[in-house]
Amino acid sequence: MGNRCAVIGVGQTEYRAKRADVSLAGLVREAALRALEDAGLTFADIDSVVVGKAPDMFEGVVTPELYLADALGAAGKPMLRVHTAGSVGGSTALVGASQVQAGRHDRVLVVAFEKQSESNATWALSTHSPFSASLVVGAGGYFAPYIRAYIRRSGAPGNIGMMVAVKDRINALRNPYAHLKLPDIDLAMVEKSMMLWDPIRYLETCPSSDGAVAMVLGSERAAEAAAAATGRRPAWVHGAAMRSEPMGMAGRDSVDPRAGRDCAADVYRQAGVTEPRRQFAAAEVYVPFSWYEPMWLENLGFADKGAGWKLTESGATAFEGDIPWNPSGGVLSSNPIGASGMIRFAEAAQQVRGQAGEHQVPAAAESAGLALGHAYGGGSQFFAMWAVGVAKP
Amino acid sequence: MTRDVAVVAFAQSEHSFSDLGWTEADLVMPLVNQVLAATGLRRSEIGFTCSGSNDYLVGTPFSFVAALDTIGAWPPISESHVEQDAAWALYEAWIRLQHGDLDTALVYGFGKGTVGDHAGISSLSYDPYYLAPLMPGDVGMAGLQARALKDAGFAVDPDPTPPPPTDGAAAVILAAGDVARRVCARPAWIRGIDHRIEPHGLGTRDLTRSASARQAAGNAGVGAGPVEFAELHTRFEHEEALLRQELGLPDACVVNASGGPRKADPVMATGLIRIGEAAARIHDGGARRTVAHAASGPCLQHNLVCVLEAEPGAVEPEPSDTASAPEPARPAPHPEPARPAEED
Amino acid sequence: MSRQATQATQATQAGPGPDPNPDTRARHVLEFPGGYTRSTGPVIGRFLTGLRAGRVLGVRTADGRVLVPPTEYDPLTAAALGGADEDWTEVGPAATVTTWTWVDDPRPDHPLDRPFAWALIRPDGADSALLHAVDAGSKAAMATGMRVHPTWRADRVGSIKDLACFVPGEGPAEVPALAAEREADDPVTMITVPSRLEYRLRPGTVWNRFIDGMAEGRIRGTRCTTCGKVYVPPRAACPADGLPATEWVDLPDTGVLTTFAVNNVPAAGAPEVPFISGYVLLDGADIAMLVLVSDVPWQDVRLGMRVRAVWVPEAERTRSVKNLRWFAPTGEPDVPFDRFEEYV
Repeated sequence: MGNRCAVIGVGQTEYRAKRADVSLAGLVREAALRALEDAGLTFADIDSVVVGKAPDMFEGVVTPELYLADALGAAGKPMLRVHTAGSVGGSTALVGASQVQAGRHDRVLVVAFEKQSESNATWALSTHSPFSASLVVGAGGYFAPYIRAYIRRSGAPGNIGMMVAVKDRINALRNPYAHLKLPDIDLAMVEKSMMLWDPIRYLETCPSSDGAVAMVLGSERAAEAAAAATGRRPAWVHGAAMRSEPMGMAGRDSVDPRAGRDCAADVYRQAGVTEPRRQFAAAEVYVPFSWYEPMWLENLGFADKGAGWKLTESGATAFEGDIPWNPSGGVLSSNPIGASGMIRFAEAAQQVRGQAGEHQVPAAAESAGLALGHAYGGGSQFFAMWAVGVAKP
Repeated sequence: MTRDVAVVAFAQSEHSFSDLGWTEADLVMPLVNQVLAATGLRRSEIGFTCSGSNDYLVGTPFSFVAALDTIGAWPPISESHVEQDAAWALYEAWIRLQHGDLDTALVYGFGKGTVGDHAGISSLSYDPYYLAPLMPGDVGMAGLQARALKDAGFAVDPDPTPPPPTDGAAAVILAAGDVARRVCARPAWIRGIDHRIEPHGLGTRDLTRSASARQAAGNAGVGAGPVEFAELHTRFEHEEALLRQELGLPDACVVNASGGPRKADPVMATGLIRIGEAAARIHDGGARRTVAHAASGPCLQHNLVCVLEAEPGAVEPEPSDTASAPEPARPAPHPEPARPAEED
Repeated sequence: MSRQATQATQATQAGPGPDPNPDTRARHVLEFPGGYTRSTGPVIGRFLTGLRAGRVLGVRTADGRVLVPPTEYDPLTAAALGGADEDWTEVGPAATVTTWTWVDDPRPDHPLDRPFAWALIRPDGADSALLHAVDAGSKAAMATGMRVHPTWRADRVGSIKDLACFVPGEGPAEVPALAAEREADDPVTMITVPSRLEYRLRPGTVWNRFIDGMAEGRIRGTRCTTCGKVYVPPRAACPADGLPATEWVDLPDTGVLTTFAVNNVPAAGAPEVPFISGYVLLDGADIAMLVLVSDVPWQDVRLGMRVRAVWVPEAERTRSVKNLRWFAPTGEPDVPFDRFEEYV
């Protein structure tokens, strides 16, 4: 794992359907400035910048980091641009953390964003070569068959997805940055919403958001200095890993991908986690369609194979449960695609920093507090995760 | 403390100036097998994998996903991707090897330049409000810099021509310490690597300088020793004069012995190829210290510089032993690109 | 599940090679309908509002430089700019060319339809330069340091293209009255940027052979000679082994539906809703293929259903995957889930 690394500043924009008041640069800048302010730093203190976002076709700006260099104070610094599909926000955080763990830099600014209102993600994702037929419309069309297979395999009752949809939207009411605020949400409202990609209903999908998130990642020295200056403690990185596997491989389990299991196992080994459900106080997990909560509960080892839905059904993953999943409201409540993974990582960090505000899970901020941040992408084949904790590892 | 990491293998495709019907993924797979074979490393021994590509080259999202399906990423691998030239993927991999827990990394980049509209694609990478709507293209931007250099007294042609659009790919294996010595007879040690970006807009930059290239070269330590060969990411001829100055290359330094980007420019691999070619001069015993450079953005906005050296104190082969003597310095054998196909 | 004997017809080499079908290129257009909608933010919006009014505005930095076009952030210090009215100043309209490059063959999306120059143009009173076109008539009429002034379009909307171009001389040119009635104080906050990129793509050697089979009503796959897995559609490389998949096999057009989605979201180019996309594991294949399922009410579609391909009538077939219209139930008993679960 190399040198110690910590999250010393977090900044998020409000997530909205349309941020018509800012340019692309204005959007990322807002998150970056908030992260710097949280860390008690300015652009001049930053050694390196890492930018992540999903396909450039979402905004029609090719390699936008070139244009964003000025807004992010990157002149004279190294700048990287990460793209690993839906997991990119998480990967971007890990690429930044890697520069600290390598001993290369003391303070790295990582930023991820998407301004979906500039075009239409379903259009971009459905752009295919002229030689193949268009059989999948949007991400929901892609993931619905796997959800159906999970339901068949696990024997889960049909209302589990709806329970997650309600739970995450109720959580979002406590998060000032969340996009969807549905105070009247209940199972009946979800059930009545349109069936888009059977078995996925409208209210079981994520929204389309504009937004950006940024973190300042620091070395041990930088973390101690920031804590002394701001009075806010860092979130220490206890484990970090990426795993990828082929999309179209014979025998690949697309419902319970090995890359996800291997990635979690690597993070848990580094962090000394043997019982994730007991040892993590909170988890921010990439759940863009509600059924992915029970699926990832199994994939990440919080439940036995086939039993993830029972954990959801029992209320264990609710805000008041013993292992709250997505106390921020998750991707189901805010989805600036390229940023969504980093928001998970950042929210996990805020939990152990005790900075999560109204959606703070108390146990996460206690001295042994540990939280999981998770992102996935592509055809459930790219995974990025980290475990962050209150204590210095 | 920087860990010793070397380029231990390099392979590139037989680049083509016309679309031979190969997918981007087709280009990558044989090269990965070549660098694995060259080192004798098994796929499972690779600690980290990183690649560079650009979705707009063929106009569909997620080109790196298709490539991942060809490299045998099973069991699952520790892997990442930059939407940049793969020289930056190499940088990310080199950083990862500095952690100390992994000893090897695979880096690859690929691009099909022959099927799209490079002026259009490059224009969309500029400021989306002030520049992209005008569609100046990479050649237009380069022309502004060429003229500025000419006006400033550089002996350059002020009317640049672009390199031919190219399809191609490249792959590199990095290895640390003793692993590098085990898998490679003459590892090309990365003695310094750095990259810097500068402001985007041309109107506030001095186009007769490349501050970011100078800065990266200084941090990479180009000036700490002689440089026999340099491989520069010069897509346009005038850039060589500027980069020679900003990198501080001695007059005797041979630039782009491989032919350089002017002879083959598979975008997203072109920069990685510079590192590979500079390493190859050390692998074949033709040089002891070489420099590689990669660039992106309008008028060299973003520059990466890598200094490579042969093993310090490595025993020079006996001069009388002609069989094992290093090859004399010469341009690398470079496949002659295919002729452009007739437009249909 | 029990493996039916694969109808293996022995094969030629898969994998890359010259495309035997030079006429297989297809046009691929990447164009977001209606153009990208970009909110400008206050600084860019103010500049574009000025252009609509026929004025060129600059923004002052903390150290007193005037930047044109105004950037939201100081390129050197990253400080926010343009927050106060007094930070803004009108510049030009007369200006000086600081560098330029000639364009012999304008594109349809360029500001001018005749040969012109791209130039960096510093308006009087500004310390930076903006990129735009100069209509000088000939290359010989261009010179660094020449004086130019802007000409304006009548249909100004708040865009960098409201400046028609620059022309030689001190000017000023008349600013034509806006063709459209507009609120004078309605600031520009949004621009719409059309962008269209065209590609000429080839399906690739392996996909070509697949389509050739489709033209004859046959489904072709490849087998990896290392692991023996049969892939359909065919692959040039085995995703698990990263090695060329070199054996071609013909597969029957029957199989089992492993999972599916009922799609109610309409999209251009996709079938009429509701349509069923599903994964069919062809008999003898090792991976399920994404297909349409039809000829059955959507409520009656089941996991494990036996299905058979429905083909376009022989006389109407073309070289296209569309020859295979969809899969329909065979009426055979369903296959139990546990016999195909591992192929999901």
